[in-house]
Amino acid sequence: MMIWLLGILVVALPVAYGFRMAGQKLTGNAPRFRDMPSGVAYGYVIGAVVLVWLVWTYIASWLAEGPAANQYFFFRIAIHGFLIFSVMAISFRWLGTKVGPEFTKKLFRNMPATAAFGILIIIIYAVVSIFAGVIAPYGQEEILGAANVVPGGNPAFGGDPAYPLGTDQIGRDILSRLIYGAQNTVGIAFVTTCLAFFVGGSLGFLAATLQGWLDQVISRTVDVLMAIPALIFALLLMTIATVWANELGVNRTIFMVLIIALIDSTRVFRLARAVGLNIVVMDYIEAAKLRGEGLSYLIFKEILPNATAPLLAEFGLRFCFVFLTIASLSFLGVGIQPPLADWGTMVKDLSQFINFAAFAPQVAAAPLLAASAIALLTVAVNFVVDWMLHKSSGLKE
Amino acid sequence: MTEQLLKIRGLKIEGRSDEMWNQIVNGVDIDLMKGEVLGLIGESGAGKSTVGLAAMGFTRDGCRISEGTVEFDGVDLVNAAASVKRGLLGKRIAYVAQSAAASFNPAHKIIDQHTEGPTQHGVMGKKESEMDGMELYEKLRLPDPENIGFRYPHQVSGGQLQRAMTAMAMACRPDLIIFDEPTTALDVTTQIEVLASIRQIVEEFDTAAIYITHDLAVVAQMSDKIKVLLKGDEVEEADTRTMLSAPTQEYTKSLWAVRSFQRPSKPPVPTSATPVISVQNVTAAYGTVPVLHDVSFDIHEGRTVAVVGESGSGKSTAARCITGLLPPVSGTIEFDGVAMPLDYRKRTKDQLRQAQMIYQMADTALNPRKSIGEIIGRPVEFYMGLKGAAKRKRVDELLDQIELEPSQYFHRLPSELSGGQKQRIGIARALAAEPKFIICDEVTSALDQLVAEGILRLLAKLQDDLKLSYMFITHDLATVRAISDEVVVMKDGRVVEQGTKDEMFKPPHHPYTDLLLSSVPEMDPDWLTNLLNERGVDNIGDAAVGKMT
Repeated sequence: MMIWLLGILVVALPVAYGFRMAGQKLTGNAPRFRDMPSGVAYGYVIGAVVLVWLVWTYIASWLAEGPAANQYFFFRIAIHGFLIFSVMAISFRWLGTKVGPEFTKKLFRNMPATAAFGILIIIIYAVVSIFAGVIAPYGQEEILGAANVVPGGNPAFGGDPAYPLGTDQIGRDILSRLIYGAQNTVGIAFVTTCLAFFVGGSLGFLAATLQGWLDQVISRTVDVLMAIPALIFALLLMTIATVWANELGVNRTIFMVLIIALIDSTRVFRLARAVGLNIVVMDYIEAAKLRGEGLSYLIFKEILPNATAPLLAEFGLRFCFVFLTIASLSFLGVGIQPPLADWGTMVKDLSQFINFAAFAPQVAAAPLLAASAIALLTVAVNFVVDWMLHKSSGLKE
Repeated sequence: MTEQLLKIRGLKIEGRSDEMWNQIVNGVDIDLMKGEVLGLIGESGAGKSTVGLAAMGFTRDGCRISEGTVEFDGVDLVNAAASVKRGLLGKRIAYVAQSAAASFNPAHKIIDQHTEGPTQHGVMGKKESEMDGMELYEKLRLPDPENIGFRYPHQVSGGQLQRAMTAMAMACRPDLIIFDEPTTALDVTTQIEVLASIRQIVEEFDTAAIYITHDLAVVAQMSDKIKVLLKGDEVEEADTRTMLSAPTQEYTKSLWAVRSFQRPSKPPVPTSATPVISVQNVTAAYGTVPVLHDVSFDIHEGRTVAVVGESGSGKSTAARCITGLLPPVSGTIEFDGVAMPLDYRKRTKDQLRQAQMIYQMADTALNPRKSIGEIIGRPVEFYMGLKGAAKRKRVDELLDQIELEPSQYFHRLPSELSGGQKQRIGIARALAAEPKFIICDEVTSALDQLVAEGILRLLAKLQDDLKLSYMFITHDLATVRAISDEVVVMKDGRVVEQGTKDEMFKPPHHPYTDLLLSSVPEMDPDWLTNLLNERGVDNIGDAAVGKMT
């Protein structure tokens, strides 16, 4: 196997050279081929090889039967998923250029397919989490009888058509729990991120504008907080908060939101302060100071509009991190509490089924459903953030 | 007839913006013989640097050569393989960039960067190349040539670094050097040294050169022939003397004419008049480092006081003291005869309103996220309390005053304006406060000459209309001659000489003023030669400053 791989990598070298030369000959030395570096030509050739391998494996997966087909199960899902999502993204973008006001039409025309995919997924998640109660076929806490984790609803493989994605270890409908999970996990993550940005962002800009001792006090406090590993710190605080929550009779989730927001606001503070420091040295800030403008005008009217691009990018990333932190806390048992559905908890509860991957891939897919729900949103948010950054900063490549 | 070195025919270059290829150079021809120096001049955006780089067969990222040929000594650089170009670049063609400080790698010693080219190309060994470098440093009259190479780039001054870079370009004894505005970022006294060294070394090794600049007087000293570019088109080409004495194209004539703008002198100020701004015995320091020593000058109503000096002479610091950004250690600043609080935070809104500032870099002086209407409207609202339609009306008036059509510019963002227009918006923002006094900090030094002249004319007109007083900070003496009534010469945080413009431009001078004045390049192509003959190579620029003190 290794020899094959190495062989392909080596053989591709002369092929790449030939490819570039042939391109130059055929197109009469067009700039596209003339200015193409060897590395890029090599990349094209390797890309072509990978594509051929994918098509070949895909055809093999259709020809294989019985137990042999099992090893192609996830491969086929990946290919199908990729194709379906690509078609969805491209048709969504096409729809965007035809429908709606001129402003959004223009936006869609210059949008890469990845961004269209990201926006589509985010819209779907938003709709699902807002209307979870209407969409979900069953309640999230409803126990419906026997546990049957086989998704697909196909009786031939042991599925049950009444529960398209199967039921979990104590017989709750997985599809309904996924839908309610969107509401819980995504909703809480969004609120937490907003809170973290409000706190971290305002303190960061304040420190950048005023500097002096205030900056020192806040920055050193943040340094101390950042010195403690985030997950362990969160676990520690959650343990304390659990006691308080029981004493005060307050929902533990509120404490979780506050704790994660606090920990993440330190990262936001660092960014906001760094960005702010670059902006406050600009002459237009000096002009505003000399005009006699107050602190709030400086921060919200002069600095903030110039800091939106990096902050927005950070928001996208931070949202994913918060989201993953909540999932990990739930996985560790201190996050969102059962019976509320949560994707992290769902992965944890069904995790042992992953061992079935070799001989019963349908069963092994059960814990991956919630995991891929997390992955999909993370990827989607990052695509959109990349695109926004590209647009607002004029970054090339 | 000497041998032809570089032959460029019908060179077209495209740049990529908004996912489209736009042509930025529309067919330029260049012929360069061995040992010949060609001056490329034009405004910013004329494509001079792009053409200069293309002469090496190179384009910046996002640009490509779409048509035409670049032949260097018989080798077609456009279609040459990377390996062929690698053999030529650095060895036979070298490049000197505008900012030496940004082009040297700060992590390596100067000599190590110097020897990289020769060793890489196998011209010399490392030891040999080091010795050769020291020799070149001596030829370029760098101080302490034996040891200066073992310093890091940040340990030497800007002018020295620029010469070290020229030495580096010379390391392989190339046939062609491309100088891309090598002296633009330097003070006049430093510039003259660099010019003299570059010229000497180019003559000595009989190197051909393309000298790119926007300064006509500089190009007149350096080149054998001059080519004028405008927006990617060639305007005209002629040998230097013909070009200077008899330009044929309108555009070239207008470039030449800029330097003739001069406003009439005004009658002297009556001695009894109270100055608008009076700076008295101001001493200031950054932390414990003193930067201003006992500085005093007055600015009267309707007058322009030009503050001149090299970088680091304290002219901008004086402005910061007046605005209150840097409260002086001692001394007073009076406005209309009344002492103002030294810290701007303690001044009243009206005191702040009366003294406005226009900045050098219009790019950083205007908030890029605000429209022109907002930028000018804010001081109108803040100081005058105007809102809604009244505010809009006032902003329109101001836009009219700076000669920009209100309906067209009100909603634009600064990024949608040209450099000169941005500077006009900066002026309008200062005017919006209806001040008596405006500080202009190098307002024209980042602009092309034609645009700069427009700004100067506008400032002069506004002064006559509104009885404004200007403190005009600049290092460019041509600008001083054009606009000022009085001149204050500063050096090392002290006022060296002050007086009316006419006094200042007539001898006798303080020796430093004399040095400043004589270092300003003139359009006469023999000027540098004459000056060198008159003073000797060791008596120009910083060397002379050193001798004076």
